[in-house]
Amino acid sequence: MASVETAAVPAGAGLGESLRRAAEAASVPLGSLVVAGLVFALFIWAVAGANPLEVYELMYTGGFGSWFSLQNTLQRAAPLILTALCTALPARLGLVIIGGEGALVLGGLAAAAMGLALHAASPLIVQLGMALAGMAVGAIWIALAGWLRQYRGVNETISSLLLTYIAIAILNQLVEGVMRDPASLNKPSTSHIGDANMIGLIPGTDVHWGLVFGVVACVASYVLMSHTTFGFAARMVGGNVRAARMSGLNVGLLTIVVCALGGAAAGLAGMVEVGAVHGRANGSLAIGYGYTGILVAFLARQNPLAIIPVAILLGGINASSGLLQRRLDLPNASVLVLQGIIFVLILAGETFYGRIRLFRRKEA
Amino acid sequence: MTFDKKISRRLALGGIAAGALTTALPMRSAFAAKKVTIGFIYVGPRDDYGYNQAHAEGAAALKKMADVKIIEEEKVPETLAVEKSMESMINLDGASLIFPTSFGYFDPHMLKMAQKYPKVQFRHAAGMWDKAKHPANAGSYFGYIDECQYLSGIVAGHTSKSGKLGFVAAKPIPQVVRNINAFALGARSANPNATVQVVFTGDWSMPVKEAEATNNMIAQGIDVITCHVDSPKVVIETAERGGIMTCGYHANQSKLAPKGYLTGAEWNWSKVYTDFANQLQADKPLPNFVRGGLKDGFVKTSPYGALVGAEARKHADEVKAKMASTGVVIFKGPLKDNKGNEVIAPGKDYDQFDLWLEGMNWLTQGVIGSIS
Repeated sequence: MASVETAAVPAGAGLGESLRRAAEAASVPLGSLVVAGLVFALFIWAVAGANPLEVYELMYTGGFGSWFSLQNTLQRAAPLILTALCTALPARLGLVIIGGEGALVLGGLAAAAMGLALHAASPLIVQLGMALAGMAVGAIWIALAGWLRQYRGVNETISSLLLTYIAIAILNQLVEGVMRDPASLNKPSTSHIGDANMIGLIPGTDVHWGLVFGVVACVASYVLMSHTTFGFAARMVGGNVRAARMSGLNVGLLTIVVCALGGAAAGLAGMVEVGAVHGRANGSLAIGYGYTGILVAFLARQNPLAIIPVAILLGGINASSGLLQRRLDLPNASVLVLQGIIFVLILAGETFYGRIRLFRRKEA
Repeated sequence: MTFDKKISRRLALGGIAAGALTTALPMRSAFAAKKVTIGFIYVGPRDDYGYNQAHAEGAAALKKMADVKIIEEEKVPETLAVEKSMESMINLDGASLIFPTSFGYFDPHMLKMAQKYPKVQFRHAAGMWDKAKHPANAGSYFGYIDECQYLSGIVAGHTSKSGKLGFVAAKPIPQVVRNINAFALGARSANPNATVQVVFTGDWSMPVKEAEATNNMIAQGIDVITCHVDSPKVVIETAERGGIMTCGYHANQSKLAPKGYLTGAEWNWSKVYTDFANQLQADKPLPNFVRGGLKDGFVKTSPYGALVGAEARKHADEVKAKMASTGVVIFKGPLKDNKGNEVIAPGKDYDQFDLWLEGMNWLTQGVIGSIS
C-alpha cells in the first residue's frame, strides 16, 4: 500500500512539486470515473436496452437534481463516511481492514445499551454516553484485529471479516435474548431509547447529525495522519516496518491505536444509526454500510479528505437507484454494476501514477 | 365485503378499531375511476421465488387495471433508505398509496412517513397497526397463511414414509412459530406419530445455512421438508437433489422441484392489492386493519404434485373446503407444548383472528426443537 503516500512530499520539494502531486492525485481517479461512466453507458445500452443519456439524467435527478434529492444523497453518505475511515486509517499502516460492519453493529448495540442504562439522565448526557460507548466498543473490536495481526500473526483482512460474523451473531443473540423488548414480537429489538434522547436533524434540513460527525472525523483524521508526528510514525510503519522498528517506533502500539481509531469511527456510525434513525438496536444495523465503506475508502485512495466527496458520490448513486427502477424498470443491480465498474477502474488506474508524462517530476 | 366483515368482528372483540366502516358515496364508485399511482417496496429481489416475488406478483395484477400506475423498488434495506424511497415515490412520482412490504419497514420508518405526509395512504404487510397509537393514514394487512401450512402438514403427514418431517425456519418469532405449529398440527391430524424437526437459521436469507439444515435433515431420515425463510429456493432445490419431498412457501416453487413438490402455502396478494386499488380509485376510505385467510382469498395452496396420494388429497380437500366455508379452528384445547406444559386449556378455541395467536412463543407437541 505504499502508493497511498500521497501526502508525503519529499523534503526540499517546492510548491510546484506539491501542485504536481495534487493534480496527479485528482486527475487519475477522475479519469477512471469518466472511463467507468463510458463502460457503464455501453453496458446499460447493450444489456438493459436503456438509453444511457436518459439513465444519467435520471441519476442526476435522483441524486443531486433537487434539494430533496441532495438531502437524500447526503443522508445515505453519512454512515459511509464513518465506515470508510475504518478501512482508510489502518490502510496508512499498510493494513487492509474490512471489518467495519462488525464495529458498526457492536457500536450500535453498545450505544443502545448505554442509552437504555442512562435514559433518565438529560438527553445530552445520554447522547454523549451513547457516542462514547459506541466508539469504545467499535475501537476494541478493530483493535482486536490489529492485536491479532501484530502479536499472533493472523492476517488482519481475514480476522476483521470473520470478526464481523461474530459481531452480527452477538447482536442477534442479545437482541433476541436478554436485551429484547418483549413487545417487539416479529422484529426482535432492544427497547427504544426514548424520543427525547434521539440526536435529531441538522436544523433546516432532513439530514441527521451523523453527516457532521463524519466530516469532522475525516478532517481530524487528515490532520492527525498528515500533520502530526503520530501520523508520520504511522505512515512510516506503513512504508517500511523494519525501518520504523530500527528508528525506535513502537509498531505494536501504533498498529493497535490506529486500528482502534478506525473502529471508533465505525462504532460511531452504529451509534448514529441507533441514536438518529432506529432508536433501538436490531438486525437493521447489519445492512452493509460497513462493506460499502470499504469501497469508499479504496475509491478515496485511503485519503480521509477524499472520503467525503466519494461517499457523497456513492450516496448519490444509491439514492438514484430507486428512480431508475421506477422510471426505466431497471433492476437494483444496475447501480451495483456501476459501483463495481468504478471500483475496478479506480484500482486499475493506480498503475498510471508516475507514468503520465505531464505529471512526471521535472529533472532539475 | 370481506374487509368490513373482518373489521367488525375485530371491533366486537374490542381489540382493533378501524376508521373505515362507513363506505361513503357507494354510488359514485361505479363510474369514476381516478388516476392513481401506487408504490411497492420490497426488501429483496422481485424474483426470489419467495416473499418478495409473492408481493411483486400481487403488484403485477394491478398493472392490468385502467388508470393505475405501479412503481416498484426492490432490495431496499430497512433503514433510512426506505424512508427516502417512500418520500421519493411521493415527491417525484406522485404516489398516493404506498405498500412497504417488509416487516422492518413499519416502525419507525413507515409510521414516520405517514406522519410527515398525511395526505398519502400507507399500508404495511404484517404490521400491528393500532388506532390508539398510529396515524389514521397508515394501516396494515396480512393473511392467515398458517391455514395453508396446516393443509401442507396434512399432505406431508399422509405422504411421508418415515413420519419424520422437517421445517427450516428463519427466526423464532411469532409469525414463523405459528406456521411451524400449524404444519405440525396438520401433519399429526393425518399421522398422530409424525414429528417435525425445526432448525432456525437465524436470519431471513442465509442460503448456506439453509442448505446445511436441509442436508442434515435428509441425513436424519426426514423425507418431507417445508420452510419459512424469505426465499425457499435453496431449501426446495437441495431437498429435490437429495431425493426427498417438499412443501413450498410464499410462492409456487413447483418448477424448482418437479418430482418432489407436494403442495405449498402461497400468498394471494393480488386479491388484497386489487381491493385496495379499487377503493382508492373510487375515493372510498381505505380500511386500516385488514386480515384474511383462505375464505377471503388472501392465501392459496399450490396444486398437488404427482406423489400426493388419493387419501391425502381427500383429507386435505375436505379440510380446505371447511376452511373456505365455515372456517376451521387450528389452535384449540387441549394442547400441550413440546415440553409437556398445557398451552391451551381443554374446550378453549382460538379463532384465526385472535390477537393472542400473534404473540405465539411455544412449539406444539411433536415439534423437535426449541425457540430460546
